[in-house]
Amino acid sequence: MARYSLSRLVRHAVTDRPWPRAWRDAQPRNRYDVVIIGGGGHGLATAYYLAANHGIDRVAVVERAHIGSGNVGRNTTLVRSNYMMSGNTQFFEFSLQLWEGLSQELNFNVMLSQRGQIVLAHSPAQMDVLARRGNTMRLNGIEAELLDRGEVRRLLPYLDYSTAARFPIWGGLLQRRAGTVRHDAVAWGYARAADSLGVDIIEGCEVTGFLRDESGVHGVATTRGRILADRIAIAVAGHSSQVAAMAALRLPVESHLLQAFVTEPVKPFVDHVISFGAELFYISQSDKGGLVFGGHIDGYNSFTQRGQFAKAQSVAECAVAMIPGMSRLKLLRHWAGIQDMTPDGAPFICRTPVRNLYLDGGWCYQGFKATPAAGWCLADTIAHNAEHPLVRCYSLDRFERGADDLDEYGHGHWPYRH
Amino acid sequence: MLRIECPLCGERQYTEFRYGGDAGKPRPGYDVADLGAWHEYLFLFDNPKGMHREFWQHVQGCRQWLVVVRNTATDKVAEVMLASDAQRRTADGPSGR
Repeated sequence: MARYSLSRLVRHAVTDRPWPRAWRDAQPRNRYDVVIIGGGGHGLATAYYLAANHGIDRVAVVERAHIGSGNVGRNTTLVRSNYMMSGNTQFFEFSLQLWEGLSQELNFNVMLSQRGQIVLAHSPAQMDVLARRGNTMRLNGIEAELLDRGEVRRLLPYLDYSTAARFPIWGGLLQRRAGTVRHDAVAWGYARAADSLGVDIIEGCEVTGFLRDESGVHGVATTRGRILADRIAIAVAGHSSQVAAMAALRLPVESHLLQAFVTEPVKPFVDHVISFGAELFYISQSDKGGLVFGGHIDGYNSFTQRGQFAKAQSVAECAVAMIPGMSRLKLLRHWAGIQDMTPDGAPFICRTPVRNLYLDGGWCYQGFKATPAAGWCLADTIAHNAEHPLVRCYSLDRFERGADDLDEYGHGHWPYRH
Repeated sequence: MLRIECPLCGERQYTEFRYGGDAGKPRPGYDVADLGAWHEYLFLFDNPKGMHREFWQHVQGCRQWLVVVRNTATDKVAEVMLASDAQRRTADGPSGR
């Protein structure tokens, strides 16, 4: 694979030759060291780090449709590490550090934009909560700044500061290193880099079952034939339960819809990522000018991959309560992704009770920002057949053991969190 | 919009209801000391892509708990009944006794 560079760009500009494919159209071989089910961000990142960090290059990524057609292209592109619970804080900070070097690492511009994220507080009590969260971050070596109302107003002058504001703004918590990434480029960048290290990316190849015996799994049956593998990883986002069920595994997962929304493009005015404090609502402005935002899950389990109108309405209400000027914008598009929700809102990166079978799933709202660290840690877990230290808390049996409180909201168990 | 036919109030939008999770799992008896059985009941889900038997509560209507059979791949509702009726119809009752 020829590296992308300025000289190559110039050469292509003056010659008439088209750019070559960025990765091969690989055909399935009979046998691999590792087969990864799911050609999304997590699966492709895992394949890349298996080859780059561990020298395991007999790796196949099998994808039912085409790569990047699932949640890696359906999210709101935010990256941040302003978590509070120990375990989450360290993992997502590691992920943000990997994001910071990713374009260089992959030789592919993922367009990381560290524009800063501000979480708003609408009451003195909420300021206390944000102060605590900021302090937790700082104790973990992550910068965080508590902003008062005046400082928020200087950065975000277009919010509702009137006396009539339904949710008055008291301040906010700023993480300057947070921001956005061009999500499709993440799938393409990892695919191209993994391919150049020898990984086979096999599209249009649906896994229909596992080849099993009493010692565990040793291959997959697919729509393009059987593929043998020493180790197999599941990284399929919303369909984790379905793929795990083929190996007779039941997961602590329910699949729910999360919608995302884009308005018509306007001149740049939202320069940061902003999170509303009165409801789950987050917004940023894309390079094309559209305001990209989202809220809660629809509220009941579904695989329909299209959202309900009621949620579009409540999310729009959040938008207008926070930025009154948005009432004049037209909604251009909205769509839904299927995401697996877990009882504590935290994911799984782990071995499973089935030998040679590994799981990356249960991502609950936060799969995209986790992509590099999830790939890094899952690759490490597969290579050593033992969980990477950063993901020991994300085990499949944590509810059975009553271990590791990872619940950022302190709601306690509810089967369709959050 | 997903609509649910409440046996008492008639057909309403799903926003009047609250989803209450999988109704297909028998609850262990109160004297069951095996934590594995409770773990399975509380934390593990079949999560089918297809027909799903689930609880809903009509929180903005009659406040009755309902059992709804719905296809999670299409959101088509096949059957709605009062949870109390569903329990009576199940020979063993919800405790499995």
